[in-house]
Amino acid sequence: MSKTLLATGTALATLLASTGASFAQTEIAWWHAMSGELGAKLEEVAQGFNDTQDDYEIVPVYRGTYGETLTAAIAAFRANEQPAIVQVYEVGTGTMMAAEGAVYPVYQLMADNGLEFDPANYLSSVVGYYSDTEGNILSLPFNSSTPIMYYNKDVFEEAGLDPETPPATWAEMEAAMNQIVDSGAAPCGLTTAWISWIHTENFSALHDLPYGTMENGFGGLGTEFVMNNEHLATHWDNLKRWQDEGIFRYGGPEGGPDAQPLFLAGECGLFMNSSAGRAAIVANADFEVGFAPLPYYDDVIDSPMNSIIGGATLWTLQGRPAEEYAGVAAFYDYLSSPEVQADWHQFTGYLPITNASYELGQEQGYYEENPGSDTSILQMTRVEPNENSKGIRFGSYTQIRALIDEEFEAVLAGDKTAQEALDSLVTRGNALLREFEAANG
Amino acid sequence: MQTKRTIFSNKGLPYLLLAPQLAVTIIFFIWPAAQAIKSSFEREDPFGLRTTFIWFDNYTRLFADPTYLNAFGRTLIFAVGVTFISMAIALLMAVAVNRLLRTGKIYTTLLVWPYAVAPVVAGILWWFMFNPSIGILPYVLGQFGINWNHRIVGNHAMILVIIAAAWKQISYNFLFFLAGLQSIPASLNEAAAIDGAGPFKRFWTIVFPLLSPTTFFLLIINVNYAMFDTFGVIDGTTSGGPNQATNILVYKVYADGFLGLNIGSSAAQSVILMLIVIGLVFVQFRYVERRVQY
Repeated sequence: MSKTLLATGTALATLLASTGASFAQTEIAWWHAMSGELGAKLEEVAQGFNDTQDDYEIVPVYRGTYGETLTAAIAAFRANEQPAIVQVYEVGTGTMMAAEGAVYPVYQLMADNGLEFDPANYLSSVVGYYSDTEGNILSLPFNSSTPIMYYNKDVFEEAGLDPETPPATWAEMEAAMNQIVDSGAAPCGLTTAWISWIHTENFSALHDLPYGTMENGFGGLGTEFVMNNEHLATHWDNLKRWQDEGIFRYGGPEGGPDAQPLFLAGECGLFMNSSAGRAAIVANADFEVGFAPLPYYDDVIDSPMNSIIGGATLWTLQGRPAEEYAGVAAFYDYLSSPEVQADWHQFTGYLPITNASYELGQEQGYYEENPGSDTSILQMTRVEPNENSKGIRFGSYTQIRALIDEEFEAVLAGDKTAQEALDSLVTRGNALLREFEAANG
Repeated sequence: MQTKRTIFSNKGLPYLLLAPQLAVTIIFFIWPAAQAIKSSFEREDPFGLRTTFIWFDNYTRLFADPTYLNAFGRTLIFAVGVTFISMAIALLMAVAVNRLLRTGKIYTTLLVWPYAVAPVVAGILWWFMFNPSIGILPYVLGQFGINWNHRIVGNHAMILVIIAAAWKQISYNFLFFLAGLQSIPASLNEAAAIDGAGPFKRFWTIVFPLLSPTTFFLLIINVNYAMFDTFGVIDGTTSGGPNQATNILVYKVYADGFLGLNIGSSAAQSVILMLIVIGLVFVQFRYVERRVQY
């Protein structure tokens, strides 16, 4: 019932977006999910490409949240009204990869149009995330981020903590959180966005713990979850205990809508979020912000592994006229240039995903001028990723992310122990994986 | 008495006259509903590249899923809560306004305003007021020793969405109740008053029974509202959480279909929802309407 409606709506939107065109150029629709400052910057990037040549015009269209953008693109594809380019978040990667026939893999697109594209220019952890089992990259990395820890240096000072040495381990974290609250510097120690991404997926990667079988799902659709280990259970139980003690505050499901306001209002001294939140946090905080890598348990691992990425990549959809694909390839080529990459990364806080853009930033002296802006890239690249830390790839992952939040909320409410919640997460998650396997196998 | 009938010789004319209405019904109801029924028997990847006919698999899977069964209970609590609160408060206000002579119009205008607020906005308004960190109500409740946190406590979340959903509907119910009250002849009330009946006695024995057609109509409208139109309120406040505490049937259809891209299961859920509505309306007309005095 809803499918038809949605398809009609998207068809209408495409029609609207494509009117007001100039005639000579080939227009290429780019559906994205970047709002606010990020959206304005994205349009600037598209304009930059349009200004360099006269053959193609990239038309960015904001389609709502990541989830809404993906749903809209899929509905449009079913109605044969799809855009050439769609921005899909990392959670949708499993869905896109399984959709052979709907997706025009980027390696193939570039080869077909005679443009050189070397995935080796990109960070290996980014490339690995979006490559198929044969090592071919399927989507163009665009905005990748990784979670880091933000802290309020003024609160640290007031609590008698050293503002220049943020806590590195969870033991130090607990001490710092207690000191912040006991000293009255702030009413709460820690809040966080993304229980799923940061405190489950990245937790497993940092501590070198397997998340799912078959290389965390990279090996195929037959994967099963195995994240219900004692270490993750201990961490969730700790968060629950800290919530009860009042030194940690849960910021809500998914991206934790309450978390960032708590940090910015000075209610909580420490905050974990995506590195892409940096621009907004620095702009809105009336205190000095510190940046630190995510803490780890030193009784689980001596030195932590790399963190894994989030954010989105650009997927090319099949079924558009050939001249549009030539334009898409030219646009991807433009997007891969170090100057464009470095500008995007430095403005937004997303990772410098090509080695060249990182080096360019170093030459420009950007990281010295903006201390903390390289926290994310250093955390990502501090070790060579192994099979537990190169990322995750599962179907139906939007729903599974919701399950993670649900189970965590059950722990916070005291309905379940962390171990019970994780066991239930594995059972329920595996059921969804089997369903996805049946629908896509 | 013999009725005069006009016979149209053209057999096609009645159909032609009916065509616009039939077209609207077919395009906007029958066709999408048929699509949903078809999808509910299929397993399909999101892009529609591979479709398998799987009979009742989507349904059996749903009824084996405890979270889906729990959603029925939650929907019941939610629908009863929203319907009762919005109708009771609206009736109270309508009775109060009905007694006012001069300022009644101003009150009526003011009370209708919330109806113009979009469900999502209504949800966000209440979300702000109840926000555990920045809201005013948790602060006030804190003074009474209640630690409000709808992010964690399921019952708090349920109360929040019921209030947000009911608040919006009060205006609508109020208008109908007021119109109903104004159509009750004042002479009946006055006669009862002369016979010595107090205000409460008069309300329950005269006004309320005479209001029953309005009440019945609103009951159907409100139950349907609570079950189908409250999606925006839930999406704007709790997104079905915490731990599914406010994940009612209609929201689950959205979450599974639009966010989870599981079209088969989502279609099966909307078919079940459709059957529930048909059943509800049937029961209401078959049994409840008998007790209505027109």
